[in-house]
Amino acid sequence: MQGFAYEAPSSLDALRARLAAAQGAGELTQVLAGGTDLLVQMKQGQRAPGLILDIKRVGETQALTVDGESLTIGASVPAAKAKAFPLVAEAFPGLAHAIDLIGSSQIQGRASLGGNLCNASPAGDTIPALIANGFEAQILTAGGLRTLPVEAFVTGVGKNALASGEVLLALKAPVPGPRSGDAYQRFTPRTEMDIAVVGVGARLTLDDAGVIASARIALGAVAPQAFLAEAAGAALVGTRGEPEALEAAAAAAMAAAKPISDKRGSADFRRRICGVLVKRVVAQALERCTTGGAK
Amino acid sequence: MSEAMDFKVIGTRPIRPDGVDKVTGRASFGADFSLPGMLEGAVLRSPHAHARIKSIKTDAALAAPGVKAVVTGADFPQVAAGAIEGGEGGGDFADLAGNVIARGKVRYHGHAVAAVAAQSRAQALAALALIEVEYEPLPAVLSLDAALAESAPLIDEGLMTSGLPEPATAPSNLASVIEMGNGDLEAGFAEAALIIERRYQTPTVHQGYIEPHACVGRWGQDDQAMLWCCTQGAFDVRSMTAKVLGQPVGSLKVIPSEIGGGFGGKTTVYLEPLALQLSKKSGRPVRMVMTREEVFRATGPASAATIDLRMGFSQDGKITAAEATMAYEAGAFPGSPVGPGTMCVFAPYRIANFRIKGMDVLVNKPKAAAYRAPGAPQALFATESAMDEAAEKLGIDPIELRLRNAVEEGDSAIYGPKFGPIGLRACLEAAAAHPHYTKAKDAGVGRGVAVGFWFNVGLQSSAEVHINEDGTVTVIEGNPDIGGSRASMALMAAETLGVPYESVRVVVADTETAGFSNVTGGSRVTFATGMAVVEASKDIIAQCCSRAASLWSTDEDMVEWRDGAVHPRPGVNVEATPLSLKDLAGQAGRMGGPLLGKASLNARGAGPGFSVNLCDALVDQETGQVQVKAFTAIQDAGKAIHPSYVEGQLQGGAVQGIGWALNEEYVYSPEGVMENAGFLDYRIPVASDLPMIDTQIIEVPNPGHPYGVRGVGETPIVAPLAAVANAVSASAGVRMTELPLSPPRVLEALDQA
Repeated sequence: MQGFAYEAPSSLDALRARLAAAQGAGELTQVLAGGTDLLVQMKQGQRAPGLILDIKRVGETQALTVDGESLTIGASVPAAKAKAFPLVAEAFPGLAHAIDLIGSSQIQGRASLGGNLCNASPAGDTIPALIANGFEAQILTAGGLRTLPVEAFVTGVGKNALASGEVLLALKAPVPGPRSGDAYQRFTPRTEMDIAVVGVGARLTLDDAGVIASARIALGAVAPQAFLAEAAGAALVGTRGEPEALEAAAAAAMAAAKPISDKRGSADFRRRICGVLVKRVVAQALERCTTGGAK
Repeated sequence: MSEAMDFKVIGTRPIRPDGVDKVTGRASFGADFSLPGMLEGAVLRSPHAHARIKSIKTDAALAAPGVKAVVTGADFPQVAAGAIEGGEGGGDFADLAGNVIARGKVRYHGHAVAAVAAQSRAQALAALALIEVEYEPLPAVLSLDAALAESAPLIDEGLMTSGLPEPATAPSNLASVIEMGNGDLEAGFAEAALIIERRYQTPTVHQGYIEPHACVGRWGQDDQAMLWCCTQGAFDVRSMTAKVLGQPVGSLKVIPSEIGGGFGGKTTVYLEPLALQLSKKSGRPVRMVMTREEVFRATGPASAATIDLRMGFSQDGKITAAEATMAYEAGAFPGSPVGPGTMCVFAPYRIANFRIKGMDVLVNKPKAAAYRAPGAPQALFATESAMDEAAEKLGIDPIELRLRNAVEEGDSAIYGPKFGPIGLRACLEAAAAHPHYTKAKDAGVGRGVAVGFWFNVGLQSSAEVHINEDGTVTVIEGNPDIGGSRASMALMAAETLGVPYESVRVVVADTETAGFSNVTGGSRVTFATGMAVVEASKDIIAQCCSRAASLWSTDEDMVEWRDGAVHPRPGVNVEATPLSLKDLAGQAGRMGGPLLGKASLNARGAGPGFSVNLCDALVDQETGQVQVKAFTAIQDAGKAIHPSYVEGQLQGGAVQGIGWALNEEYVYSPEGVMENAGFLDYRIPVASDLPMIDTQIIEVPNPGHPYGVRGVGETPIVAPLAAVANAVSASAGVRMTELPLSPPRVLEALDQA
């Protein structure tokens, strides 16, 4: 690992100023939150930044709040803290489960959702759960702030929409209303300490009559980036989640999946597991629409 | 030994002497050692699976900042062929030397080509990038079929197959052939009511020890050298390193550290000769530590195997004939464990008509190393899968089928010797009566049964027992403690001497302090080194008796050792209070000097180990994923000196075997590059993948050991492969014959069912 400079600005203004200076000086800068991906990549020689900017002292990145109708999770909030936050545990059990799949308990003490998103692994566990739940990314720019839906934030394997000099500050989503539920499941050969061969997130909301009024299905590890499988969701809207509806959603998801073959599974295997998981995840989210969800 | 022994401490479960240091992190492992002025070494490894080395230029690396020495194959002597004795892996010194550093040709991706020593690891790594190697890539041979094909590229152009009836006339990748047989095979098959004939395949797997290879080498200006390293055998490191460097054995001292797992993989050398040669060139001590990736790419592994099996059965389940053709991947140099594989494949059963052929085959993969019962897990996976299928087809309970064929005391093993007392039948009977076997299965669950077998070995061991002036005891031996052997040695010394366990301290010493001992392997240490400790303790007793007799002015045969003290024999008319170890040690200065007992021996009579495993598994019919729901390991230990550590061996072996069965495998690119050289994608089981591994120790004492011990370390990994596969086959409703039983493979089988 090469030598590098480390700085930890303590305000948005200081962070913005330091980013601008680094950009001007052509310093190869890397933002640090938990560092659970970054440090490994540096040790493996995949990244060699000249400057590391730790954002944990910037208050906005540590926010974990419910403000009226929305939940905000700061980009550097540790995973362990996010998953234990009462609203996350109660109204976002699928997201909480996805967070719980990151590494191990020790890793979750440092790893952040913001980092998991910026790292933009196709197999990142929280990304499909964030997309399904309609999270948007709040981004610090040179001149102010901009927002992007999470599905637009991830742009490829290890690639995100941040321009040079930009930093992810927080993730924000609407608090679900009644008769709503989310779920996330992944497929791995092992039960833990593994990486998703396929990951599926879902958020469903029912109308008064118990008919699915909205459905968001997000898929991970079956394309260069996690994405919203709109046709899969559409196949569920207007149904009660009957077996044929689940089959239709699974078929739509399998059609949308563009997996590769690698050491973790062939494309055919991934596509097939994707279909199985969509049915299981939708069934679980559906159950939570009646048993769980926000009060 | 007497049938019923009344033990005082053997069979109890005291805390291990090395336990506190290990749980508090104070224990010192291979990478923990350092010396003043020490350099850090790093290895340049081949980027090709098979290539000719046309040239190596090291000038730029040598001139790089901090670099003090660079070595290549040219810095090492040519080593003459000669068998390596006493190790579990066996093999040849010339191949060992060729594996330590490539000369002329690289034979696998990761093969060491050069090494650098620099003031920091970063400098050493930077210098590696400056070494210019010109390669002429050659086609890589990556499978048994490819290696044995007519026009296969030759990995070793001079390799002539040994073991053929007629000498080989042309070189090939087939290093050796082993054949054995008895009876009339075709008559046996003609008699069969059922014939099971299948091909079974197992992948390349790694031992997966948690501690990477590490050492510090220091070469002295007087050509006396020292090595600190993690190893299963300091004496083996000494002989192998001396041979690779062309030095006399006596010029090298090896100091073993604590060891973080080995499972056979630390019975050879990789870094040690490089570190010493770098130290010799630089005049400084050199430390070398492998990364996990290097461990995967350049050490281990266990051989992939293809076994064509044919077994005939009578209607009532008797084996009428059996035939096995077994091909094992040796890796890039000869020496797969196909030999022991051929001896194990039918070992649990009485078979009058059999033929076995074994083939040791070169491929462009790392040189195979010993892995826990080397060769046996692959072999018994085949046999025990066939036994399971036969039981199913004949409608006979799988345990009953095995009981009808099981070897017993007095039977001749198919590999030659007559069995003494053995525990196969007792293990099978215990399995049949076990609650795991008698309780009903949950819906969808498959239940598998399999038998395990390993010879166990004796070999050479030494031990010294020192009685300190206060009567406490120091045991000095030379086998690194890899599975609780200090505790076992202390228990056997305490039992023999009649002193408390806590008063015995066991020291694992270096090659200049302990007497010679063969490797910690072959499940031999508690048996053979234990025997040396018992004999050295008896040496102490004899000296104590002699001294007491002299003090009491009587003959030695008038006294006896009882309850930790010398007593006059009953009826002997001597006025004397018994003399304890403490009494006699305290008076050593007036009575003939320090009490030092010693023993060195070549242990015979290692009792073979048999086991039976039970596994319940549930297959997810939609994803092919396997859940192991219950697992029970039953094994004959002869006598369990420390039952907790015997249970630990049974559990550890079961877990490694489950990993081998379910997910572990080397994934290679078409170019011969391992694609999963890390613990993320090389999937050993994690705790949440496993049920509690239940154990049951059977004790059929081994008459070859004073306390009845037979080795227990290796047998536990033999049965799980088939136990899991049989359970999965039952749950899936389709016979699984190729490992690992990873979700894609199981799903594919479900599709074809």
